[in-house]
Amino acid sequence: METNLAPLLPSAEVVLTALSVLLLDLFIRKDEKGLLVWISLIGLALAGGMALFLWGSHEGAFQDSILLDDFALFFTELFLGAAAITILSSVHYVRETNIHEGEFYALVLLSTFGMILMAAANDLILFFLGLETMSIGVYILTGMWRERSQASEAAMKYFLIGAFATGFLLYGIALIYGAAGSTHLGRIASALGQTKSHGSIILSAGVFLLFVGLAFKVAAVPFHFWVPDVYDGAPTPVSAFMAVAVKAAAFAGWARIFLYQLSPLQSEWTLPLKALAILTMTVGNLLAISQSSVKRMLAYSSIAHAGYLLIALVAGGESGGQALLFYLLSYAAMTFGAFGVLIALKEGENDHEAYSDFAGLGFKRPFLGMAMSLFMLSLAGFPPLAGFTGKFYLFRSAVVAGHIDLAIIGALNSLLSVVYYLRVIVMMYMEEGGAEGKPFARAPYLYLAIAIAVLGTVYLGVLPAPALDLSRISFISLH
Amino acid sequence: MTHPFFPVLVLFFFAGSVVLALLLIAQMVGPKRPNPVKDEPFESGNPPKGDARIRFPVKFYLVAMLFLIFDLEGVFLYPWAVLFRRLGIFGLVEMGIFLTVVVVGFVYAWKKGALDWE
Amino acid sequence: MAPLNYYLVLSAIIFAIGVAGVVIRRNFIVILLSIELMLNAVNLTFIAFARYLGSMEGQVIVFFVMTVAAAEAVVGLAIIISIFRHRRSLDPREMQLLKW
Repeated sequence: METNLAPLLPSAEVVLTALSVLLLDLFIRKDEKGLLVWISLIGLALAGGMALFLWGSHEGAFQDSILLDDFALFFTELFLGAAAITILSSVHYVRETNIHEGEFYALVLLSTFGMILMAAANDLILFFLGLETMSIGVYILTGMWRERSQASEAAMKYFLIGAFATGFLLYGIALIYGAAGSTHLGRIASALGQTKSHGSIILSAGVFLLFVGLAFKVAAVPFHFWVPDVYDGAPTPVSAFMAVAVKAAAFAGWARIFLYQLSPLQSEWTLPLKALAILTMTVGNLLAISQSSVKRMLAYSSIAHAGYLLIALVAGGESGGQALLFYLLSYAAMTFGAFGVLIALKEGENDHEAYSDFAGLGFKRPFLGMAMSLFMLSLAGFPPLAGFTGKFYLFRSAVVAGHIDLAIIGALNSLLSVVYYLRVIVMMYMEEGGAEGKPFARAPYLYLAIAIAVLGTVYLGVLPAPALDLSRISFISLH
Repeated sequence: MTHPFFPVLVLFFFAGSVVLALLLIAQMVGPKRPNPVKDEPFESGNPPKGDARIRFPVKFYLVAMLFLIFDLEGVFLYPWAVLFRRLGIFGLVEMGIFLTVVVVGFVYAWKKGALDWE
Repeated sequence: MAPLNYYLVLSAIIFAIGVAGVVIRRNFIVILLSIELMLNAVNLTFIAFARYLGSMEGQVIVFFVMTVAAAEAVVGLAIIISIFRHRRSLDPREMQLLKW
């Protein structure tokens, strides 16, 4: 049997790294655990190198149920980067909280593997398997700080909601399978052209359920209520990982399934998606204003940003896809940065997540203060930072596709968001008496992660052209 | 018009009515002379000890979890075993990879002491 | 042989029972069981369609879904244990540390 295994290389490398970390963790002493960080990072770098090497190829494995196109590779690199930054920013966190290090890194890597599978899957069942590999890993990561009661509560909520949503998603897949005779996306698309009259209602029901299941995963608004609690209770690096990578993976699947293969049905789901986008942006922003904890504020702001990203899905087409991919990149940089600064404030058992803990940070730790101001301004969408460029292209894609109302609501929303983002900056520079923040010497890896995020935020804002080209090429490779 | 499942329905009806009838007849005809010994829960003739709903040690959950996982991995071996010859070397290598991953999990559980009862 | 619709209706009913269980029951273990019920209803749908379409794909998928369901159940049980260690109760109404 001839099988082309090249498309599996990056993901296989990630699994291999995860298994080695898991095994090695059993046989080394506690003071040697730093080794695990390096193994994980080297494994991720190798996988990234492989993906780079494969760039531009268009191959499939297992009867094209896994596709290695530039779209998959773009997201592979994004997930690998996200995993690397998560690991960098959690090195000190896991030691302070007595989280088992080996398992933590191994689970991050395994979830990353699931995400890569989601972006590359060209078959609904494979997509489902990737989604579950990712989700199960993240459920555990959420509850890994076992001494903390909130963590297990958050894990429980996340698990119940996630498994519930999985049920809907899977039922949708089953109905689509029944109506189209296959779970392979290509064959579903060709079956769509010649749907029998009795099959179409089953198909619509299936697509609807799939839609609901994915909406749960990206935390769009009627299905968002778990987000603040879960992000709040989870260890902060895991919250960042969820806010960025899990969301990006769900959007990757959404783009491949809905924007490409199910695009004949576009007229049917545009309206509900539009409603979802408007609700998600508005509710996320309104609720974020009233928060007193920065971590919860970031959770609500991640809901609002999911709303902005949904605009790109409504717009669709080349400009929508380009905007989606580019915004995911910018969003990753600024969100990791903001959560990173939050991690830097933690002292022992005390999380220091309230607004008041940020008081005076700009003078006590100038670097953290500068970085946080940058991330907040970028999230709010001030030029010349990544958030501004990303939003500009998002709204432009909406206008190009004829949804001017969406662009206007989006712009009003980002104006609204300025209120709560600026509050952090005001706190840092105009008040006194907050938390100390870790000095560089105590958390070099974390500072490295924040520095990378700063560079990314500035670079994507000032010189967006290369990344925009990359996003466009990646999205076009779907077709 | 007879449906293919109609006899099954009749069967259900008869089975139900027999059960009901037996219960009712026993209730009406049988003599009732309760005494304390008779009212005790039946524990194979021994005097009953404690409540029936005791809490099990959490270790049972751990064993149940491990069983669930390793039991289901076995499911994948059956189709492979049936088609072993037709899948040839490719199938063998595939199964080897799969089992390696399972064994890593097993080694992990073992080293972590999940298999020790005490 | 019973027509396809019977199986579809049956699995829809089972799925609905599972959903109702998740929404109204007040014990984590029972909620977990209800989620498993939902997944098994989906399995029934897959099998029914596989039989109807005469394709093996649906049957193979059921293997995968079963494995995923087991993995989910295991993680769920582990989380339930860690919750129980903290507060000696499995009632979702008592999860008040984080406001919903």
